Amino acid sequence: MPDYNTMELMICTASRELEDGASVGVGTGAPCAAAMLAQKIHSPNLIIVFEAGGVAPLIPEMPISVGDSRTTWKATMASGMCEIMETACRGMLDYTFLGGAQIDMYGNLNSTRVGTDHQKPKVRFPGSGGANDFASFCWRMMVMTPQDAKRFVEKVSYCTSPGWLSGGDSRSKSGLPLGAGPYKIITNMAVMDFEPESKRMRIVALNPGYSVKDVQDNCGFELLKAPKITENPPPAAEELHMLRDVIDPYRYVIGR
Amino acid sequence: MDVIDQGIGEIFTDPDADRARAFFRKKSRKMDNKVMSVKDAVAKFVHDGDYLTIGGFGANRVPVAVCHEILRQGRKNLGFAGHTSTHDFQILCAGEAFDRCDVAYIIGLEARGLSPNARRYMETGKVKVTEWSNYAMSVRFKAAAAGVSFYPARDLMGTDTFKYSAGKIIECPFTKTKYIALPAIYPDVSALHVHEADIYGNCRVRGITVSDFDVARASKRLIVTCERLISNDEIRRDPSYTVIPYWCVDAVCEVPYGGYPGNMLGEYFSDEEHLKEWLKVETDPAAFKAFLDKNIYSCNNHFEYIQKNGGMAKMQMLRQKEMMFIGAR
Repeated sequence: MPDYNTMELMICTASRELEDGASVGVGTGAPCAAAMLAQKIHSPNLIIVFEAGGVAPLIPEMPISVGDSRTTWKATMASGMCEIMETACRGMLDYTFLGGAQIDMYGNLNSTRVGTDHQKPKVRFPGSGGANDFASFCWRMMVMTPQDAKRFVEKVSYCTSPGWLSGGDSRSKSGLPLGAGPYKIITNMAVMDFEPESKRMRIVALNPGYSVKDVQDNCGFELLKAPKITENPPPAAEELHMLRDVIDPYRYVIGR
Repeated sequence: MDVIDQGIGEIFTDPDADRARAFFRKKSRKMDNKVMSVKDAVAKFVHDGDYLTIGGFGANRVPVAVCHEILRQGRKNLGFAGHTSTHDFQILCAGEAFDRCDVAYIIGLEARGLSPNARRYMETGKVKVTEWSNYAMSVRFKAAAAGVSFYPARDLMGTDTFKYSAGKIIECPFTKTKYIALPAIYPDVSALHVHEADIYGNCRVRGITVSDFDVARASKRLIVTCERLISNDEIRRDPSYTVIPYWCVDAVCEVPYGGYPGNMLGEYFSDEEHLKEWLKVETDPAAFKAFLDKNIYSCNNHFEYIQKNGGMAKMQMLRQKEMMFIGAR
């Protein structure tokens, strides 16, 4: 058995997407861990921003809130919601990581409700928070989530945050800023991107030990396959050391 | 201007800029001493049916003392701005204090998990809901702070968040670009927690500002709680630190550790054990009632709440937790 768990694998895979000098809007948990890992391993000049106002902190340990003291630790600025989202809308934020109870074949996310009666939902979730904003504005939106057919549904029952909407050119017609949208979906089994024309989700890379069939069997819709499907390297010893001993010593995220 | 599309959500506050101006025309500009207790401030400025905004971000720099007092005084039928709200929302749900809500972020306490009681309350159908995002709500406060009735933005479009909002899609008269027009929110009353204020309400804040500066300016009435009162001489010594001007403020309440059990930058860290206990106890109605009686209803003020949860020893521990962290700066 490999000496790493699912969460560690997803965080390491995600962190490799963040190149030096890029900017990324993150929330708490796994996305924050991925950004911190990237900063410590290969992207020392990665600019991390938090929706509540923290700009370019050198985060010492996992924040518990996107507005707590750790999010402005050695930061260059402590600003506010408008400053961050205006910066994103101006086109200055390259990446964001988002999540949700459901994701569909176009990368749309549901973090609002289950059920059809909006005023009396069967299950109520927190809502957009800053997710709709980051998903609308950041050039490349990424999602880290376990591969599960209950999560990967053909159509989200409620679209909280925009992916490629109904595919094709529907997103650019909607009025959302041009050129921004879902980029990579990172799961415990694979990495997916979106086919350029139809904007449908497709497999581009597999994690060690998983097959295309494994991924498809744990997805509620038909996945496209990229012309060339690569294999992701497992977490490196240095990545695991940073993650376990420096970034998340209390295992708040990697212990889940 | 043609409306291309519009959400089906309800607008809970009047966005009209001239009616807001008529209100602000009558608001006092006098530098009066506004220092009072939280009890008096809530009695005087928070009324049943008001639309309420709470500042800070979730459990960071939140005016907890005001939230507790709203429950003790039994305020009902409030409208609420569910904008970056977490522990404040959890408290207000415990008192079922509001019956309509602009939702951007509710129920959750971020990485700590979801509040079972807040979730239950939002699933009862007792609360009218209109959906937004955190930034959309910030923009709505910003519009009101600027004295206009709407601001354009580029989020929400294409989603169900738009469908259940009260936003309207319009076209730019210069470029033909589509925008969502977001209606201004002029809250009836808001409460913020700040680091320092003078007796007139000039405020200083450290760290992130969230939307507090716009909320302060947008609100018809404003209650400020502060960690410390400082002199007006100190304010005038360096006015560049003043981020909320006195004329926005109606009440100044000195509440040391006023953000407890939340985090206050440079002062104290959040009490994670207490917040965890709160989430856990919500799953047992009888235990939750006893918990609320102990921590809110039987307390006269914020000091008594702190006293019941470890008092000064706990506060010192939380200060050290924050300071050891800040100390390396």
